[in-house]
Amino acid sequence: MAALKIKKGSTKHSAYNLRPNFSDVQETHTLAVLVDNEPGVLARVIGLFSGRGYNIESLTVAEVDHLGHMSRITIVTKGTPQVIEQIKAQLGRIVPVHEVHDLTVEGAAVERELGLFKVSGVGDKRIEALRLAEIFRANVVDSTLESFVFEITGAPEKIDAFAELMRPLGLVEVARTGVAALSRGAQ
Amino acid sequence: MVVQALKDQGVDTVFGYPGGAVLPIYDEIFQQNDIRHVLVRHEQGAVHAAEGYARSTGKVGVALVTSGPGATNAVTGLTDALLDSIPIIVLSGQVPTFMIGSDAFQEADTVGITRPCTKHNWLAKDTETLSETIHQAFHVARSGRPGPVLVDIPKDVQFASADYTPPQAAKTAHYQPQMKGDIEAITELVEAIEKAERPVFYTGGGVINSGPAASQLLRELVEATGIPITSTLMGLGAYPASGAQWLGMLGMHGLYEANMAMHDCDLMINVGARFDDRITGLISAFSPKSKKAHIDIDPSSINKVIKTDIPIVGDVGHVLEDILKVWKARGRKTNKEGLAKWHAQITQWKKVDCLSFKQEGKIIKPQYALQRLEALTKDMDRYITTEVGQHQMWAAQYLGFEDPNRWMTSGGLGTMGYGVPASIGVQMAHKDSLVINVAGEASWLMNMQEMGTAVQFRLPVKQFILNNERLGMVRQWQELLHGERYSHSWSEALPDFVKLAEAFGAKGIYCDNPDDLDDAIMEMINYDGPVIFDCLVEKHENCFPMIPSGKPHNEMLLGEASTQGAIEAGGAVLV
Repeated sequence: MAALKIKKGSTKHSAYNLRPNFSDVQETHTLAVLVDNEPGVLARVIGLFSGRGYNIESLTVAEVDHLGHMSRITIVTKGTPQVIEQIKAQLGRIVPVHEVHDLTVEGAAVERELGLFKVSGVGDKRIEALRLAEIFRANVVDSTLESFVFEITGAPEKIDAFAELMRPLGLVEVARTGVAALSRGAQ
Repeated sequence: MVVQALKDQGVDTVFGYPGGAVLPIYDEIFQQNDIRHVLVRHEQGAVHAAEGYARSTGKVGVALVTSGPGATNAVTGLTDALLDSIPIIVLSGQVPTFMIGSDAFQEADTVGITRPCTKHNWLAKDTETLSETIHQAFHVARSGRPGPVLVDIPKDVQFASADYTPPQAAKTAHYQPQMKGDIEAITELVEAIEKAERPVFYTGGGVINSGPAASQLLRELVEATGIPITSTLMGLGAYPASGAQWLGMLGMHGLYEANMAMHDCDLMINVGARFDDRITGLISAFSPKSKKAHIDIDPSSINKVIKTDIPIVGDVGHVLEDILKVWKARGRKTNKEGLAKWHAQITQWKKVDCLSFKQEGKIIKPQYALQRLEALTKDMDRYITTEVGQHQMWAAQYLGFEDPNRWMTSGGLGTMGYGVPASIGVQMAHKDSLVINVAGEASWLMNMQEMGTAVQFRLPVKQFILNNERLGMVRQWQELLHGERYSHSWSEALPDFVKLAEAFGAKGIYCDNPDDLDDAIMEMINYDGPVIFDCLVEKHENCFPMIPSGKPHNEMLLGEASTQGAIEAGGAVLV
């Protein structure tokens, strides 16, 4: 299945040379959406997902081009192939949306997430937590005599795995940023 | 500045209602003569009137409302325009910027409330960019798939002065929807047209929205290929009702021949329609044998409901032009043998005569009333609006539309109360034409206050009310689906419509006898001024044909005898 790249103003793209199958298989896709950085744009995107009953597994947003007033929204979503195509097309028709990229089908992409983990404990558990953090290349960014805050960066699966390991060792609180993603290669 | 921007966008009429937060704009309106302002009686009326204006002219309709309740009253009209892709602009007043968020008097989060029911909206935060924003709003409303937009303007922004940006200087570059269709897909469609044995055109409001040229191209293509054509409620008039290939409207209350052709075709060419659930019926059994082509300017319409084999994203007019070019260049081929058989089959279906009814006795059948209205007005310069319900479906079945932009009805949202203000909007745009609102008494009452507008602005709109003293469509569903338990679907304590007309300063006509009907209709047409026509009709008439919920196209109900147990439990949960 070819990728649907909705680039506004382009006469080149034949938006539907893809023939999606209407299968029931749930797929997880990472979408990168380039938008005008204007008030309410995030609400439009989120409102689209809630209004039409689509899933958001994770969402991150930040300005990426200050002079051009552009923000990049990275959304991880789940749905059947038909729903994924709908989501992309619906995102494409939001007026301040410039581009929609499906990083899952447009070739290889890197996905990274940052997590902060507060782990409290003493004795063996505390030592084990620190040892595991080293294996995962997590940094200690705060420390007391009975707690650590670890900072860890990586693919979401790595952070999931780290969370699982920390849970029995006194995990108190987790904060995660959600996924930021870019396609690999020069383009 | 606001008025200047409207003038530069070619606006000649604004429908609105003043209030505290729009007083500076009203002050500007007072001091000029280029833009006519029509004072409505309710903001919902302003938006529907702007819709009627837009649908009948192809231009952008404009409504002006105040903050808070003014804006919230506009929400239904905005949603209606969104679902039917009607280009309108609502300018709403807002409390001054420094008071936003303080729960000020008549403050509402208008941009937040209207975000999901507009194509786009803006809060104009400073006067410097206000004129550019208004120009952008017009661009967004009319470009691509048209739709409603709203610009919320705080009062201090209205008061301040700044440099004016003319339309040419407004930045609109990034929102430029694709107009030309992909030529490979178009060629694939032409190949399919050449081979198809049982092709059918299924056209929608997109043809009308694309402009009169698109309707012309459609007519040329249909006549040249000899392919039969049906249309959705929104697309009526794009192809003339008197045309040789016309099958009539399709869908839940569409014609037998149209729905059967959709079900049995081998090539379905969707031109600017969106496979709405009123059209498809049971999706899993929708036109099972056909290859489906879909021409739409909005990529999100394609593959949304029905899987498409030949998708073409582009403006209907541009795509039809290219189809014609390619088809002619390839030698104007069609499958003549297949088409002849197909037409023979269609002729058989037409013999069912699904719209037949018996006008007997002294009670007017609603179908008869519309048949007579059609007979007496079809050659006139006529525009029709409707409310929502049985009368709307009968109007679509029994009235014939020869040209686009002559038929204004609330399709997607099904807004009762649409017709009265819409007829006012249409009449404002076409002062000398005959504008008739075909209504049911219940819908009509929802925005009847707009009769005051009609009288004040001397708009001779004809309100043709088919009065069955029932919420007819609700009653029909209760009969078919809910064991004839008619829960709250009758209109008790109705006003005397003749007296009501007189109270407004309009003319009232009452008719309950089929023998008097023609004279009464002529009296309505010939009266120079607004008329409320109270046409008392059969109370328990059902609207047929009907595809029951959860059924495919070829399981239509054609009349009373076929309704027993027609809708099963599974269908009852559908709307």
